[in-house]
Amino acid sequence: MLTEDNWLLPEGIDEVFPEEAERLEQLRRKIIDLFASWGYRLVMPPLIEFIESLLTGSGNDLDLQTFKIIDQISGRLMGIRADMTPQVARIDARNLGTDTPTRLCYMGTVLHTQSDHLEKSRSPLQVGAELYGHAGNASDMEVICLMLEMLAIAGIENVHLDLGHVGIYRELARQAGLNAQQEAELFEILQRKDYPELVTLLHSLTVSDSSTEMLEALIDLNGHEGVIEKARKRLATANESVHRALMDLESISKSLTSLFPALRINFDLAELRGYHYKTGVVFAAFVPGYGREIARGGRYDEIGKIFGRARPATGFSADLKVLARLANGKDDDAPSLRIFAPAVDDPDLHEIVRNLRGAGQTVIQALYGQTGEAREMACSHYLQKQGLTWEVFPVSD
Amino acid sequence: MLTLAISKGRIYEEALPLLAQVGIAPTVDPDKSRKLILPTNREDVQLLIIRATDVPTYVEYGAADLGIAGKDVLVEYDAQGLYEPLDLGIARCRLMTAAMKDSAPVPRGRLRVATKYVKTTHRYFASRGIQADIIKLYGSMELAPLVGLAHCIVDLVDTGNTLKANGLEPRDLIMDVSSRLIVNKAAMKMKHREVTSFVEELRQVVSERSKQAG
Repeated sequence: MLTEDNWLLPEGIDEVFPEEAERLEQLRRKIIDLFASWGYRLVMPPLIEFIESLLTGSGNDLDLQTFKIIDQISGRLMGIRADMTPQVARIDARNLGTDTPTRLCYMGTVLHTQSDHLEKSRSPLQVGAELYGHAGNASDMEVICLMLEMLAIAGIENVHLDLGHVGIYRELARQAGLNAQQEAELFEILQRKDYPELVTLLHSLTVSDSSTEMLEALIDLNGHEGVIEKARKRLATANESVHRALMDLESISKSLTSLFPALRINFDLAELRGYHYKTGVVFAAFVPGYGREIARGGRYDEIGKIFGRARPATGFSADLKVLARLANGKDDDAPSLRIFAPAVDDPDLHEIVRNLRGAGQTVIQALYGQTGEAREMACSHYLQKQGLTWEVFPVSD
Repeated sequence: MLTLAISKGRIYEEALPLLAQVGIAPTVDPDKSRKLILPTNREDVQLLIIRATDVPTYVEYGAADLGIAGKDVLVEYDAQGLYEPLDLGIARCRLMTAAMKDSAPVPRGRLRVATKYVKTTHRYFASRGIQADIIKLYGSMELAPLVGLAHCIVDLVDTGNTLKANGLEPRDLIMDVSSRLIVNKAAMKMKHREVTSFVEELRQVVSERSKQAG
């Protein structure tokens, strides 16, 4: 390797410098405090664990995204977490044996083998909240509201919410009698809203006309007004559960509109993010000027099963680094002074420095023989002895 | 404001009549101007003139809301974050394998293929149970078999004249190619009305045209 390459970080791995790190940390505290005030308790899942528990029920995508190493003690394969959601689900299923609703939140670095197309990052800082033990609109509503509150305290405005329901597609595919491979193909096509390919595929399959019509309709069922009514008509011959799902979406959207009048809601019944483990309502937040979702979540009721306890579950997560970048840098806390203290060994000075620091100011202690004065040390003030007492003076321009 | 990314050349020329039918005409000719952002007669629509292989990138990142790209480029790009709602039926051609006239279909040992469609080629040969070494080239693919660089090539074939002039012949069809309208996912959600009405208008124009042709 060339010596001039020695300092380079691996692709997609970043580090954060003081100014941005301070902003990130402030945002992190605000968000965790918000979660705590809603009763979501912080958990810290391990950075690394055995691959079986890490990849439970999450499908192939996460497997490819996970870095793996061999445990020298047990000889088993371990993975570095690429998503904390299954870890938190395991904590709920294995460790917190209650039947009452459990609310957990988490924050930590995850690693991805492949960088995200848009961010190029392979080390997002995942932050999220999960609610276990309740199946129904109330818990979906709660996590959506919490996500919107999180975006609001981050100072992110003009949020658009995308709402969908994985159960609708799942049920239509079941009704059509598709096998796993056909369903996977259809899923890919719907993700691209690839109308020409959809028509070709549906004509090559032997499914009933009504199923064909309904699967074709899915690709059009997006937008704001009238989507649910349109869906009721075009999916009229679908199973009961499809109509129940439509009712859920409608009622969630109504409640959200009354709570957040400025929120723009968009339905998309062909949007199946996290399809492989999601089971119900799915949602994502978008903002203008950013080409993809900034936070997302949904219901995933079955994930705890393999850990011995299937519990209804819903939640969301986001990348804190993305949120910090989009955040409107409004700091409501008054910025503290940066005070330079001279390198003098005086008990009075030590006391005033301690008092200032205790009062929340930043005091930088000069080191004997160092280069640079208050100005060079980026301080706004300095300490000087005036008569018998030490006083704080502003650095003159 | 809607931004449409499009590549110069055949796709641009064949897309212009379609755009004209939905009432959009650029006010600057890209052949006479160095401008990369072209204004149109409609204040709320602009065109970005970029390389064909860059169109999906611009659209996926949201630098453009919409784009027009060949299916060959989309399959090679392996776009996950895009919608492809409409086949425009323009710039039609075929992605094919081609080799020297009368050469053996599969050589002894490992097959070497020269192409700019690396992923598509790899997938195609894998699906036929053939392990191939792929040599990425950026142009003049036809040369590779002549100088012994590769056994065959994978490239777009329109008339087949370039192949013939170099002593090659088209062999197997990998896929039929035409240009697709692509849409950024976030634009579809946040500019839903503008984007869907644009897509619907174009869809009507395209189906009219195919009726007339068919």
